[in-house]
Amino acid sequence: MRQALWLLGSVVVLVGLHLALTGTLGPYFLQIVVLCGINVILAVSLNLVNGFTGQFSIGHAGFMALGAYASAMFSLHVGRGWVATLQGAGLPAALAAAPALLMALLLGGLLAALAGYLVGLPSLRLRGDYLAIVTLGFGEIIRVLILNIDAVGGPRGLPGIPAWANVFWVGLGVLAVILLSRHLADSTHGRALFAIRDDEVAAEALGVDTTRYKVLAFVIGAFFAGIAGGLFAHFLSYLNPNSFTFIRSIEVIAMVVLGGMGSISGSVLAAILLTLLPEVLRPVKEYRMVIYSLMLIVLMITRPQGLLGTREISLRWLRARFKPAGEAA
Amino acid sequence: MSEFLQQLVNGVTWGSVYALIALGYTMVYGILRLINFAHGDVYMLGAFFAYFTARAIGAQQNPGPLNALLVLAAAMVGCGAIGYIIERLAYRPVRKSSRLAALITAIGVSLLLENGGVLMFGGDPKFFPQVITARNLALGGGVTISNQQIIILVVSLALMLALRFIVLYTRVGKAMRAVSHSHTAAALMGISVDRIISFTFVLGSTLAAAAGVLVALQNPKIEPLMGVMPGLKAFVAAVLGGIGNIPGAVIGGLVMGVAEVMVVGYLSPTYRDAIAFVLLIVILLVRPAGILGKATVEKV
Repeated sequence: MRQALWLLGSVVVLVGLHLALTGTLGPYFLQIVVLCGINVILAVSLNLVNGFTGQFSIGHAGFMALGAYASAMFSLHVGRGWVATLQGAGLPAALAAAPALLMALLLGGLLAALAGYLVGLPSLRLRGDYLAIVTLGFGEIIRVLILNIDAVGGPRGLPGIPAWANVFWVGLGVLAVILLSRHLADSTHGRALFAIRDDEVAAEALGVDTTRYKVLAFVIGAFFAGIAGGLFAHFLSYLNPNSFTFIRSIEVIAMVVLGGMGSISGSVLAAILLTLLPEVLRPVKEYRMVIYSLMLIVLMITRPQGLLGTREISLRWLRARFKPAGEAA
Repeated sequence: MSEFLQQLVNGVTWGSVYALIALGYTMVYGILRLINFAHGDVYMLGAFFAYFTARAIGAQQNPGPLNALLVLAAAMVGCGAIGYIIERLAYRPVRKSSRLAALITAIGVSLLLENGGVLMFGGDPKFFPQVITARNLALGGGVTISNQQIIILVVSLALMLALRFIVLYTRVGKAMRAVSHSHTAAALMGISVDRIISFTFVLGSTLAAAAGVLVALQNPKIEPLMGVMPGLKAFVAAVLGGIGNIPGAVIGGLVMGVAEVMVVGYLSPTYRDAIAFVLLIVILLVRPAGILGKATVEKV
């Protein structure tokens, strides 16, 4: 009952947010807000693999690309038909797009999750940097494959994807990935992941099925990366393989590490920060990326544990922090 | 058959360039357990140092081995200095922190060099002057080799032998091997760990610079982002051979170069970038620690 209320409440808030932002912000700022949301989904989902489980994946862009292309192909070939039928039945456009978009995102996420399963399997044999390189290789292979498949546009890119995603849908994705991560962190399964991160041998000795949990982390992480890709595709309505190079994976890793490994709120904060930073630096034009990279280096030197370390910002934490001051007053 | 031999010659040439870059990755990894993402960009800087030196001494007007050697030496010295500065300013402060913090710093340095390069040299490609006049030699059986390819092979072989000599038969090489085993134990034996790490970076960077110059000889188009893909693939080559293992890096580089050239020749040029990674995954599934890497037993 309480959960249902929560869910209803957050949907109402998201719709409100969507209406407020779409009404007041121009297309440029709206795009930044949506990209922040997509990056938050990417960072929080990678945090499950890198931060919670201590596995090192640098192929997140590959999962994102899979989700993006799969969902886009679904919408182009099937989803548009659904929307036309529903609109014919008299539904408003925003509602009519919902089932098709949900289905597209789900398909993209599932395909990415399947790939995550396949990539997670070698983690049975490989450790640390070797696993990292395999995930990196996977991401690059996906990109080159997409470049070579003519049906999805190859190097020309894939235009004309219906622009169904908006602040509401991205917000829903953000909410889903954060809630899932939080619940996972508090559950037995989450504790198993932490145990693997802290000491794999000890975890195994305590009866944690390390293989299963490592693959599980990969699958969940990949699923949400696929969802993020789907949202990305349906917001920009154009896809190009160049959006999914390993630089993209690196950006997401930078968000996770900068936020603090294992900290969900840290990932959220860093994702927003690193998305905004290049935009804020736009006035300095050609110095933009130089300053961005310098700031990354300086931040890592001054706060190597990340902005938040492993702490979380939550209501409880804030209350505990500000309570003494309140009592004194 | 002659086509195959020709591809083999081209592949070995290309592979020896990968091997030179991979050596820098593998040495730094062996000593610091750090993936030095900026290494590919040092290779790019090598090509640019050579470009500006060649223009300054007018090597375009009177090409010859002496000028070419001068250009190569200038690039190696320049990049050695860059390697020292990078280690001193960016990597040393994070050395005591987690490996991931160091990795992100390396990514930051890589982005800095690329974007700094775009800012200083401009994003459009520059044409590297012909410091050696190109000539083709027939090897018999329809196989030809250019004098530039011979230079690439000879110079990289000479550098690899020099590196082998330094690592195996000099005091500083002995110290490098000691540090790669254990920083603490090496320090207790009176080795200045900081100095040895700096030296390793300088050594790796000079090799990358040489690779940059050699590539620029053959493909004279140089631009600030030219180091990204070769850097990544050289790193993959280092992993392929068994990272931290010096002969492994050479073997990995050669395997990578030959495989890539063969794919372009016999399959499709568009799959060129994927093949490196397919090869890598296949080899790692069979030998999880690389071709020459030893499987380590984890002790509790």
